[in-house]
Amino acid sequence: MKSLLKMTWMESKLFLREPLGAFFTLVFPLMMLFLFGSIYGNEPTEYFNGRGTVDISVPAYTAMIIATTSLVGLTITMASYREKGILRRLRTTPVSPLVILVAQVIVLFMMTAIGMILLVVAGKLVYQLRFDGNALSVVAGFILCSLSFFALGFVLAGLMPTARTAQVVGMVLLYPMLFLSGAGFPRELLPEAIIKVSTFLPLTYVVTLLRGLWIGDPWSQHLTEVFVLVGILVLGVLISIKTFRWE
Amino acid sequence: MNPIVKVEGLHKAYCATVAVDTVSFEVQEGEIFGMVGPNGAGKTTTIECLEGLRKPDRGQVTVLGVDPQHDAHFLHLHAGMQLQQSNLPERMKVWEALDLYSSFYPKAAKWEELLVQLGLEEKRNAPFAKLSGGQKQRLFIALALLPDPQLIFLDELTTGLDPQARHAIWELISEVRSKGKTILLTTHYMEEAERLCDRVAILDHGRIVALDTPEELIRSLGGEERIVFSVDSKLPPEFEDNVRQIGQLVVQGERVTVHGETSQGSLVVDVVSLLSRQNIQFRNLQTEQPTLEDVFLKLTGREMKD
Repeated sequence: MKSLLKMTWMESKLFLREPLGAFFTLVFPLMMLFLFGSIYGNEPTEYFNGRGTVDISVPAYTAMIIATTSLVGLTITMASYREKGILRRLRTTPVSPLVILVAQVIVLFMMTAIGMILLVVAGKLVYQLRFDGNALSVVAGFILCSLSFFALGFVLAGLMPTARTAQVVGMVLLYPMLFLSGAGFPRELLPEAIIKVSTFLPLTYVVTLLRGLWIGDPWSQHLTEVFVLVGILVLGVLISIKTFRWE
Repeated sequence: MNPIVKVEGLHKAYCATVAVDTVSFEVQEGEIFGMVGPNGAGKTTTIECLEGLRKPDRGQVTVLGVDPQHDAHFLHLHAGMQLQQSNLPERMKVWEALDLYSSFYPKAAKWEELLVQLGLEEKRNAPFAKLSGGQKQRLFIALALLPDPQLIFLDELTTGLDPQARHAIWELISEVRSKGKTILLTTHYMEEAERLCDRVAILDHGRIVALDTPEELIRSLGGEERIVFSVDSKLPPEFEDNVRQIGQLVVQGERVTVHGETSQGSLVVDVVSLLSRQNIQFRNLQTEQPTLEDVFLKLTGREMKD
């Protein structure tokens, strides 16, 4: 327990010392919010079913943060820990590999949550963000989405031979997904054909679930998303246990 | 007395390459045991089998009374390990690494004391990436000492360090040993093995080709000792005849070299007394002792190379 606390604290400090990771999790989504907020404002439009651009963007950017921390942050950290022999060094101590993984998950989850909280606070203060959902539901949905994507990140880290390939593959998966899933900009702007493609992207389910819960949809309306994300989570955990390597 | 480490018939191959071929040895409590040999001789594979990081194909390995494959947790609690290839996160500070790693052990040594003992106090707040090679190794020794271990594994501790840093590390190791710890180390610096180790196993192509104290290895296998001196005038024939009875004589201009068997022990005394008895003026007399390098050369017919 003591080692888990220390490890979590240490990894949080390391996360914040890595300027790029901290930027994409905490700062970049805010910049996007202010950029599009200043262009479109947050006036309700029919286009978004009586909601404004910012109302739609906050849950979508939350999905973006989840995807970035999982597919880039987590993947690169784990792959480079393995490549550089940091895991090897840990392996010669009595610490359990679970402690290492759980500490990573806690830190990334906290950072993702902080990223989301910053978005909500900025949205409220600057753009009178509307929220029609149930806060507990949104938190539960957020946890499910985050864990599901972290599992995906661990799978990627386990399968990629080096930190460099992990980075490239992570980016290649991330960017199209950000544009096509409705995380980077509203899905309503996308043509019909692309929306069809986006059903194959895991991030689409995160965006749909978070946006739905945000406007107060009942869970029963999002069983597909829950099913897909739980599936990814379970499979991801199983595969990453199988593919975990110390070196 | 029970040995701290016992290895019997250890065998490990990677695909078709045999890395360790039927290696057996024991390490006694309180000694510094060294494995030396060129790169690829099987030193690291052997030490990693002992550390529980690799699974031997065949053979019996017992470390601190347990099988490293079955009781890795016990071993990692009670043995300190420094690996040939390992790292810490670049931005982790020295004190943070010690603080974090000490939380892994129920009875960790005080890391603040280790920081001072290993001369890292000034670097307390330096990130790992900013440390010099020698400082990194000192930090790894500190981490290996955290469990207050009975046994410490050091794999290629001073490889790549400059001579000054290497000597500083040697002193540290001698200090650690004086506290009664058992040390098993690998090196490809014969000088290091000679300086530090109580007993040395020389490995080549995955086999132990010799195992003894450095002195004994040199005495029995080091071959010849050389006495070199300069003379101003030609050597009298009588001297040459006398010298040939105790060794080989080579004269190159004013430089004279006498080669003799090490096992005789008194070559210098014999040569000097011959010189003085015959009133021969000489300068710059040196004796060149054989080293473990010579032992390796004699055993394998090859020079040790990095």
